[in-house]
Amino acid sequence: MSECKTIDARDTFCPGPLMELITYMKQANVGDTLELLSTDKGTASDVPEWIKKVGHEMVSSEKVGEVWHLTVRKTK
Amino acid sequence: MSQHLHIICVTGTREKLQMAAMFASVAAATGDQVSVFFSMNALPFFVKDSTDKVPVEGRFGELMEQEVGVPPFKQLFKHASELGDAKLLPCSMALDLLKISEEALDPELGPATGLTRFLSDAEGGQLLTF
Repeated sequence: MSECKTIDARDTFCPGPLMELITYMKQANVGDTLELLSTDKGTASDVPEWIKKVGHEMVSSEKVGEVWHLTVRKTK
Repeated sequence: MSQHLHIICVTGTREKLQMAAMFASVAAATGDQVSVFFSMNALPFFVKDSTDKVPVEGRFGELMEQEVGVPPFKQLFKHASELGDAKLLPCSMALDLLKISEEALDPELGPATGLTRFLSDAEGGQLLTF
């Protein structure tokens, strides 16, 4: 059964949040969803770029207050 | 398509090591083949148990020291190695001058590499120097 995990990378700077996401992505199973929380604006554009390049799925990207919620799904 | 990125680190300052580590970690985690060659004043910071206190060049280095959320460059190089199989290569000449062996370096580093080998591997790829 697929899981949904939240990774709190608030208050860390580039490329910290991306590295956190990649670390968890490696451990996740195909179909799992990961939600990355980040206050780093660059991360909001870097994560979709990374997802596009490596071939996972970008589910959503939303800014709530000062925090970006970036949701991705592991597809392979 | 994966690319080959070759990074040369020769300067022992926070800003240069940080930027090199950022490029290495992001490129390696994105699937690029990354090799980092450490020599001159950059290498001593990768000797086991060496200080993390690196001189800063200017205001940006000071800012990075104050912000706890900035990932340490050694951690980023480690990510590059563990998440993306980046090769972290100490310069054999620099090891000779420092009179230390590969075993004295952080475990992510190795093997000792000469310029000829590095240049040969770097042929046709992108090269960044810090």
